[in-house]
Amino acid sequence: MELLRFATAGSVDDGKSTLIGRLLYDSKAIFEDQLESVERTSAERGDAYTDLALLTDGLRAEREQGITIDVAYRYFATPKRKFIIADTPGHIQYTRNMVTGASTADLALVLLDARKGVLEQSRRHAFLAALLGIPHLVVCVNKMDLVDWSQERFEEIKAEFRSFAMKLDVHDLTFIPLSALHGDNVVERSATMPWYEGSALLHHLEEVHIASDRNLIDARFPVQYVIRPQDQTNHDLHDYRGYAGSVAGGVLKPGDEVVVLPSGLTSTIQSIETADGPVAEAFSPMAVTVRLADDVDVSRGDMICRIRNRPHVGQDLEAMVCWLTAESDLRAGTKLAIKHTSRWGRALVKDLQYRLDVNTLHRDEAAPSLALNEIGRVRLRTTVPLFFDDYRRNRATGSFVLVDESTHNTVGAGIILGPTEVE
Amino acid sequence: MPSTSYELTHLEMLEAEAVHIIREVAAEFERPVLLFSGGKDSAVMLHLATKAFAPARLPFPVMHVDTGHNFPEVIEFRDRVVAGLGLRLVVASVQDAIDSGLVVEDVGPRATRNRIQTVPLLAAIEEHRFDAVFGGARRDEEKARAKERVFSFRDEFGQWDPKNQRPELWNLYNGRHRKGEHIRVFPLSNWTELDIWQYVAAEGVELPSIYFAHTRRVFERDGMWLAESPWATLLDGEEIEERMVRFRTVGDATCTGAVASTAADVNAIIEETAVTRITERGATRADDRISEAGMEDRKREGYF
Repeated sequence: MELLRFATAGSVDDGKSTLIGRLLYDSKAIFEDQLESVERTSAERGDAYTDLALLTDGLRAEREQGITIDVAYRYFATPKRKFIIADTPGHIQYTRNMVTGASTADLALVLLDARKGVLEQSRRHAFLAALLGIPHLVVCVNKMDLVDWSQERFEEIKAEFRSFAMKLDVHDLTFIPLSALHGDNVVERSATMPWYEGSALLHHLEEVHIASDRNLIDARFPVQYVIRPQDQTNHDLHDYRGYAGSVAGGVLKPGDEVVVLPSGLTSTIQSIETADGPVAEAFSPMAVTVRLADDVDVSRGDMICRIRNRPHVGQDLEAMVCWLTAESDLRAGTKLAIKHTSRWGRALVKDLQYRLDVNTLHRDEAAPSLALNEIGRVRLRTTVPLFFDDYRRNRATGSFVLVDESTHNTVGAGIILGPTEVE
Repeated sequence: MPSTSYELTHLEMLEAEAVHIIREVAAEFERPVLLFSGGKDSAVMLHLATKAFAPARLPFPVMHVDTGHNFPEVIEFRDRVVAGLGLRLVVASVQDAIDSGLVVEDVGPRATRNRIQTVPLLAAIEEHRFDAVFGGARRDEEKARAKERVFSFRDEFGQWDPKNQRPELWNLYNGRHRKGEHIRVFPLSNWTELDIWQYVAAEGVELPSIYFAHTRRVFERDGMWLAESPWATLLDGEEIEERMVRFRTVGDATCTGAVASTAADVNAIIEETAVTRITERGATRADDRISEAGMEDRKREGYF
């Protein structure tokens, strides 16, 4: 059974939590005791109907205020797939939570209200999904019951969204008319909209093809941990050296000629091992142990790749950064810790080239800084060389986080555009 | 093992993610420890940890927070596993904490030691200067857990602040902290109860016998079957009877209920789990019924 991770974006008013509650409820992933608890709380609050949003809003403050504050992870499975939902709040003040939930998603659900159509926030959600490189975007046009199940209204919204999405890097765009409250087109195709010829949402989630979304071309193996048994009782293990890590791209095979970065030393993959025995090949996101034929010096933070297919190696790069904290802001001269694959270093912001208005996509080149939830293009200089790819080519080697050196908080999320061009 | 289609099953994906997290901790922390209660989640977590470092040994010790109210089968299992893998076991004892006056025990027939486990847990973390503590909690267990990070920061008082959590993106975990603070690490965050059982079946992970259907002397309270034990006091109208039961979770014997079941092996349990309509905590944990926010409140104090 395959695993599909998807992120949802939308505000309370769009019925996002209701839609998730509906997916969980109708696919029988909600248990009787959970439902009883939700019914009880709903009745105590005097809700007109059982508020399925209470299933996902887990924190006290969220239930009290009736809003989703943080990313919540939810799980359900059908006979075809297991699903992980990153349920994120849709309001602009929670952009950072949406970026977080979207970072690992294979697919994004953007919800909008059929009465209101494409709002500023729908455009923002689509933009963030595209920026975070989510390969599949599903636009759920919700509350179709409130527009009399109108095909005309649905087509109007579809056309408007499409014209906007053309400006974005979206490869697979799907529109589904539905009513989360009543369950139409969520799990079962609805009889109320006979003009709609596509799948119900759940069926689409089960069938969408995700296996080819991964990079299987550029072999990248960031060394995470060096395994040296140092077992006095077992002489076979005396000279054992294995490089443990998770494959970040491409396919590795025994016999491959490889180079270790940053040293540039070359060797051959002798074997690829797991606790279950050796494997004939390894690909993303397998966690394996690579052994090399030669005794070269390799440590955590190094990268093993093919000799003729190397990542960019350098200390100067350009990236889109989403700022995640209210405690400080990002501006030229800011110094931070940076984590990229299994490598830590320090980074200096050389230049903030522009701040992007996530609603209009307008570039403000005069902006002096990025504050919480703001996104901009920066030039960074790092203390150590990084081994990176363009994020659009490889999410694992194209992403980094920035950490405040005094508070140790994670303050920035970075998407690499490429090395800084020499002027 | 995967075929040439380059697809992994959901269990292979979950295993790869957990192994990645466990290795990341071993690489970045000085003094990690893995919480091992003998329950199914911690048994799976320990299994994953041993796989992560093979053929080397586990590079950190394990810790059991012992409430003193144990099922003997679980303690026997714990000791056998620890000896078999040649691990170092740290025991943080609730009884010792009570005896030394560190914590006061609730009294009465419904008293449990569940909440006060936090005290010896935090004391042991401080005493041994553990900087990363692996826990087997899963996000599907409970709604406050659904909000928790994989690397979950704890301040110098061991507290969790749910509204001020570090953003966690991609698989780039941030374990940085000051001295005295620590990180709780949850490699099984994305696993469900059914995933755990499917993995137990696929990998042949050994578990304590009480997970499988057996005849036991029990009494009914609040719709749960609680085990007869030296610490259980019967209330009016409660009677001991023999029933065929199994445990879905393993915790303090006074507040962990059994469910009526004839599932005597892993495959039978998978079938039962796939069709059950009650969560494992709802079915078996008296302590989780305290309030809507019972878990959130305990976690803020430093609970697992």
